[in-house]
Amino acid sequence: MLTKSNNESSQASPLDRSDSRVNHSDDFKGMIANFFGRIKSGDLGSLPVIIGLIVIWTVFSIMNPVFLSSRNLVNLLFDSSIVGVIALGIVCVLMLGEIDLSVGSMSGVGSAIIGVLWVNMGAPLPIAIITAIISGAIVGALYGSLRNRLGMPSFVSTLSGLLALLGLQLYMLGRTGSINLPYGSSMVNFGQLMVVPAWLSYCIAIIPAVVIIFNGLRSISKRQRMNLSPGSKKLLFIKATLITITLLGIMYYLNLGRGLPWMFTLFICLVVLMDYALTRTQWGRFMKAVGGNAEAARRAGVNVKKITISAFVVCSSLAALGGVMAASRLASASQQAGTGDVNLNAIAAAVIGGTSLFGGRGSAYSALLGIIVIQSISNGLTLLNLSSSFRFMITGAVLAIAVIIDSLARQSRASHGQA
Amino acid sequence: MSNHNPILNIKSVSKDFGAVSALSNVDLQVHAGEVVALVGDNGAGKSTLVKILAGVHQASSGAIEFQGKSESLATPRAALKLGIATVFQDLALCENLDVVSNIFLGQELKPFQLDEVSMEVKAWTLLNELSARIPNVRSVVASLSGGQRQTVAIARSLLLDPKIIILDEPTAALGVAQTAEVLNLIERVRDRGLGIIMVSHNMEDVRAVADRIVVLRLGKNNGIFTSKSSNQELVGAITGASENVVTKREKRLKNQSNSTREK
Repeated sequence: MLTKSNNESSQASPLDRSDSRVNHSDDFKGMIANFFGRIKSGDLGSLPVIIGLIVIWTVFSIMNPVFLSSRNLVNLLFDSSIVGVIALGIVCVLMLGEIDLSVGSMSGVGSAIIGVLWVNMGAPLPIAIITAIISGAIVGALYGSLRNRLGMPSFVSTLSGLLALLGLQLYMLGRTGSINLPYGSSMVNFGQLMVVPAWLSYCIAIIPAVVIIFNGLRSISKRQRMNLSPGSKKLLFIKATLITITLLGIMYYLNLGRGLPWMFTLFICLVVLMDYALTRTQWGRFMKAVGGNAEAARRAGVNVKKITISAFVVCSSLAALGGVMAASRLASASQQAGTGDVNLNAIAAAVIGGTSLFGGRGSAYSALLGIIVIQSISNGLTLLNLSSSFRFMITGAVLAIAVIIDSLARQSRASHGQA
Repeated sequence: MSNHNPILNIKSVSKDFGAVSALSNVDLQVHAGEVVALVGDNGAGKSTLVKILAGVHQASSGAIEFQGKSESLATPRAALKLGIATVFQDLALCENLDVVSNIFLGQELKPFQLDEVSMEVKAWTLLNELSARIPNVRSVVASLSGGQRQTVAIARSLLLDPKIIILDEPTAALGVAQTAEVLNLIERVRDRGLGIIMVSHNMEDVRAVADRIVVLRLGKNNGIFTSKSSNQELVGAITGASENVVTKREKRLKNQSNSTREK
């Protein structure tokens, strides 16, 4: 009897629209209203970072018009890719509410492995790269095991890892302290010269729209079949058009200079891959669950220890890959690789992009947005001929502001009944 | 349905923690479509019994028969697989995930390409069967009220088609209206033909929905009552005496009200 009446009512209206108490705004106007409602309740998403980026770009382009030249922006993208890849790993550990302070040193070890194996010992390049990434995975597994078995806070284990890995890097590089990579090799070209051909870059710009429309239409027809409110096709096309226009504009501007770097394309591919893993797979769901409430996840049958190890492994592996990319960008594996502000920039990028330090919230795209902000600041200050002392101070201030926004937004969400 | 053969039959189960015997020779039967309330004072062994049934602890001796077969319940997963679902008192929900993700946590469809649409449909179906008042399954659990969270937790326990649901203090943290909703929910689950074990301190709630009230005292069975039994009998069984603080107080109040009425 009960289920029968339910069926009748659900045939009249979609399953998820049977409750009259909820405002469902499916049209464009409703979407805008929703957007402002979310902002008010502290669900800021990537809004602060986009506003910040506009401010930063405006200020720097006023102070030095070269900043916004396509030539400079291409360089900016080359530089962003390295720390961006490392920040992508940081997003993973932050999702669990953990941290990895040793990513800089890990990337240094990665670049040293390339120098030693490929240049000094003559091993094939792919083997050197794979060795670097695997060594990252091993270090990550070690951090994860320390966390799981001994309950060692990741803050401490990775801080000691920072020093130990730096020592390993110096030891591997030996007395000379620096190994040059051969100029003209594909490795160095990849880091310094190689760009996507113009026609291909325009093709790449269209891919997101195609994917959005294809997936969107499939989901709409499936939701209709399953008696759920399908969502609007119009919105889908508006979204796809806007994204395509933006991307084509960006590509056109970059192609006025050297074009879209292959290294940055690699970074974007990793971001997209990570976004898929975090939002569309069980692993990503488990990551979020463990970050939100580890005990609840455990009782639901999630293997929390396995998830913790996987996060650290992904983080350190990406850090090692970042080191490999740094070696190709700088054409050398030196003692300086991965030291200085690399560590903090990677963490700052993830946090500035909107991944919470408190766990359970974050997205792969925060690494992309965050690193563009960080690199813009660093690049702009270099163009103004300011010394690195100012760069450090300003980057530090930006990180502090990002964390303050994160904390305030978290409190506001709590008081508005949002997670 | 025949109520002659219980789904769950616990036969003289004992559990020792070192020198302390938390349970000694406890019996309990649960039939299909029956609400059994498990009551007792603090330290009576309710939680221990629940944990044994959930597979968290293992019994030191005794037998647990599930649908006529003897089972060991070695792990939480084994209990779940058998068809014994437990809703713990603190619910164990992830506040940062939405309702659908919470219901399906650990049971996601298509692990490498999550099937959100099918999961959402199944979530709505479960919630509608419970006549639950969840406005939007895509809102995060943090934005739900206590009663709604309880509903989500119960819906989650129903996902694997259990035969028995154990509810640990389902109304402890709830207001009047929300308590009523949860009690309605329990009746609806019972009407689906499931057996329910409800642990509670609240005699009123227990009386409202329980078909049988099993009293534990100091780890032993101390009588089985129905909702028609008097409060005095129940409290007597729980505290182990018919002459105690609670009954004395009630007697005094009764006398007072009688005397005021006489005036």
